[in-house]
Amino acid sequence: MSDTSRGHRELAPALPLALLFVVAFVLPLIALVAISLYRTPEFLDLSPVQYLRFLRDPFSLRVLADTVMLGLEVALCTLVLGYPLALVYAASGTILRIALTFLILLPLLTSTVVRTFAWIVILGRDGIVNATMLSLGLWDSPARLLYSWGGLVLALTQIQLPLMALPLINSLLRLDGNLAKAAEGLGAGRFRVFFTVILPLTLPGAIAGGLLVFAAAATAFITQTLVGGGRIILMPSYIYQQSMGVQDWPFAAALSLIFTAAVIGIVTAIGALSRLATRGQHAA
Amino acid sequence: MQRDLGDRVYGGLVGALAAASTLLLLAPTLVVLIISLTSGMTLKFPPPSWSLRWYVELFRSPEILAPALTSLRVASCTTLFSAVLGSAAALGIFNSRSRLARLLDALFMSPMVLPAMAFSLSLLLVFNVIGLRLSFWTLVLGHTIVCVPFVIRMVGAAVQQLDPTLVTCSLSLGASRWYTFRRITLPLIRRGITAGSLVAFLSSFDNVPVSLFLADARTEVLPIKLWAILEGSLDVRVAAVSGVIVVITLLGLVCAEALGGLSRSFGKPSP
Repeated sequence: MSDTSRGHRELAPALPLALLFVVAFVLPLIALVAISLYRTPEFLDLSPVQYLRFLRDPFSLRVLADTVMLGLEVALCTLVLGYPLALVYAASGTILRIALTFLILLPLLTSTVVRTFAWIVILGRDGIVNATMLSLGLWDSPARLLYSWGGLVLALTQIQLPLMALPLINSLLRLDGNLAKAAEGLGAGRFRVFFTVILPLTLPGAIAGGLLVFAAAATAFITQTLVGGGRIILMPSYIYQQSMGVQDWPFAAALSLIFTAAVIGIVTAIGALSRLATRGQHAA
Repeated sequence: MQRDLGDRVYGGLVGALAAASTLLLLAPTLVVLIISLTSGMTLKFPPPSWSLRWYVELFRSPEILAPALTSLRVASCTTLFSAVLGSAAALGIFNSRSRLARLLDALFMSPMVLPAMAFSLSLLLVFNVIGLRLSFWTLVLGHTIVCVPFVIRMVGAAVQQLDPTLVTCSLSLGASRWYTFRRITLPLIRRGITAGSLVAFLSSFDNVPVSLFLADARTEVLPIKLWAILEGSLDVRVAAVSGVIVVITLLGLVCAEALGGLSRSFGKPSP
């Protein structure tokens, strides 16, 4: 009995799920590609017209660019807030660590709608921010925080912060603490230690977190529609509107494939860049 | 001294940003709990006075209770299918060294990478083409595909830590394959199955993109119902539902910490 045939026999328990995936995952995706190549919603005439329509339409291109920008901005914000949080976590004792773990996991496990709802209460017209600013006399009239780009970035930053904090904490705890001490002992200031020792050595964790946050923020339909409001149109709601609303199935299919390609493309590109960067570091 | 100043600025900056992110993580949960106890008709903050009226109101709202029940049913069925199919698949692919096993692993993980909306739309289009009507079960099917990767990841981790000689010993001592599975393999991967099932349940209960496309008109799930309510008006009952969900999540976290030690599960410095 050869090694490979043994390997194949061991695979038998995976067979039911493999069959389910072929029928309910692979075939539908092939169908999605096929449907995106039809000219009209009645599935007549094969042609790449849907993709050309997307590329020639400034509105559609804008929606895609905005969605990508949103993902990148939120990833950057979580990075700026996540590093200090992870540094404090790594430097604290058991009890504070348990408290911080709870604090990080609770929003991660609470339903997305609940977290989004909290931001409606905070940013709304009668919300906490407006009430505070008005009562302090800092603002004359309530500001429009809900249904604004800044509000959306802020809400998504809080909602996705755990996805950044967890991998960052993980790689900070793996870091040899003596390296930072050695650098400080040799006279480096703490800013310098952070940027020349800690940051480069924990970059894989930061990249992993960044990719998770980017993908989650770009596809966060609920938060985008409720906090962003009707005037900020992003890819998920665009796809929803073109499919369930207008029922233009071929265009919706093309949109979702373009969106998928964009998300996976950016995730792969950043992943590859970071591998290159870390390799360069080892060579140096 | 310039270095001392720099170090103090660094310490202050890290402390301030860490405090800001702690506040940011905590605030929404607190806000939800506080606003759910308002006696007023609006989401005005702070609440004019305290009451449990919106929690009471929940029990008189079949239009919210019914979707909550549906969500529980969908999540339960999804968890059952994901746990059985996913655990079996994890045992298969992590016990095999064939190239096909790596390929299947990549296939089973791809729903985590692919935007769920694209997948849900594709399944909906296939149902349309073959003329299958949407139902409770089409929804469970979609949920299972996106939730099963969590089970495979966590059971897979347990299978990889399993010492294969234990199984070999049991078999060579004359135990049947089934007996060995029940008495050796299953107890050793049970924690992986429990953890994977828990995450699968939570992510099914919280899932929106799949439910948006694959639920029929009668199968309304809780997150979609809440979303629809909030799109129309700012209903205070949503605060009460949120309060219930937050408390249940908190209790679950405390149980998980007491049982397995969440804070210990991530963050062991490597030797």
